[in-house]
Amino acid sequence: MTDKEMYFKWLLRHADSSLIMGQRLSEWCGFGPVLEQDIALANIALDHIGQARSLLTFAGNAEGKGRSEDDLAFHRSEMEFYNNLIVELPNHHFGFTTMKQYFFDVFELHFYSAMLQSTDEELGGFAAKSLKEVKYHVRHSREWMLRLGDGTEESHKKMQDSLDELWEYTGDLFHADDIDQAMHEKGIAPDLEKVREAWEADVHPLLEEATLEVPDTKGYMHSGSRKGYHTEYLGYILAEMQHLPRTMPDATW
Amino acid sequence: MTELAEKEVWKVLENVHDPEIPVLNVVEMGIVRSVESSEDITLVTITPTYSGCPAMDVIGAQVKKVLVEAGYPNPQVKSVLHPPWTTDWMTEEAREKLREYGIAPPARGAGRESILGNDKHVACPHCGSENTEMISQFGSTACKSQFRCTDCLEPFEYFKCI
Repeated sequence: MTDKEMYFKWLLRHADSSLIMGQRLSEWCGFGPVLEQDIALANIALDHIGQARSLLTFAGNAEGKGRSEDDLAFHRSEMEFYNNLIVELPNHHFGFTTMKQYFFDVFELHFYSAMLQSTDEELGGFAAKSLKEVKYHVRHSREWMLRLGDGTEESHKKMQDSLDELWEYTGDLFHADDIDQAMHEKGIAPDLEKVREAWEADVHPLLEEATLEVPDTKGYMHSGSRKGYHTEYLGYILAEMQHLPRTMPDATW
Repeated sequence: MTELAEKEVWKVLENVHDPEIPVLNVVEMGIVRSVESSEDITLVTITPTYSGCPAMDVIGAQVKKVLVEAGYPNPQVKSVLHPPWTTDWMTEEAREKLREYGIAPPARGAGRESILGNDKHVACPHCGSENTEMISQFGSTACKSQFRCTDCLEPFEYFKCI
């Protein structure tokens, strides 16, 4: 694999995570439990999509084959997507969405903070901008984790059930393969191990405060996103997201 | 490009208004970062407020339009992310215009605000009272929060610090 191919693949991981997270959160638009949360989730989704646009543009430039952000978003198939698994999970109820969002938000907080030191100036600039938005996301999801976890009997049960399901998908955020290592050695990418440590330092105390217990999964974590292996959900997301541009490929705004 | 010529381009760009908040122009919002003009090209560099701000494409098109109308050759728009846009770049005049329009302007010191999570002392743009409360951190656009005044009982939006 050339340096260019490596950089392209690495960028897609983060571009695709932002894109799919944005797509999933926007499913709440018009269906929120209360108006303010409908608006909150739609705004957060928009931030993710904006970040995806930048990252997909960087990826297109890195690949050097003239593919635009739209080409990459709408004309790739499942195994060409490299997003983290957690972002493709369904929304279920507001509590499940919140927890899914929280785990990803804290990851982005520490990932983008570390990315400020990237030797790639453009990426560092992008990280500085995204970090401001991510801080608002973390505040939102964190507050709701506490309200719902340490809430009523019903909200607590729903959150504990969510945690029992979601915990196995968190490891995938930090799996570093040889591309991640190479990008880190070049000074472009953060050290995912350090990001994990910072993530755990935030997440465990928060879960305790929210009266939630981490399930014992005997260390098992879902994986495979780095190779383009996904849950059964990604296909449906892409079918919905891509059907219009694929049906009418010459359409323009 | 001469300093005078550059000033003229900036003046022309004051005719481009924020599509969501039409009382503000893109210069006083700090969206326009630089202007370069020669015989062949007029390059305007802008920066987005929020990553996903849908107004940026419209703003880019409007920038080109006003430059064409003012007779500038080959207007081009470039977007940069660095340094990241901050509400601290908004002028005092812009803040005053927001208040008159009914939107509480962002407090100064954007960096600390979003870390601490305190949008303190947001004054109601209708009656001026500081007895206000936040309804939601997220509002009708990426850049605004929802507030209500407990004195005059009117709702209003607050331009978020970022």
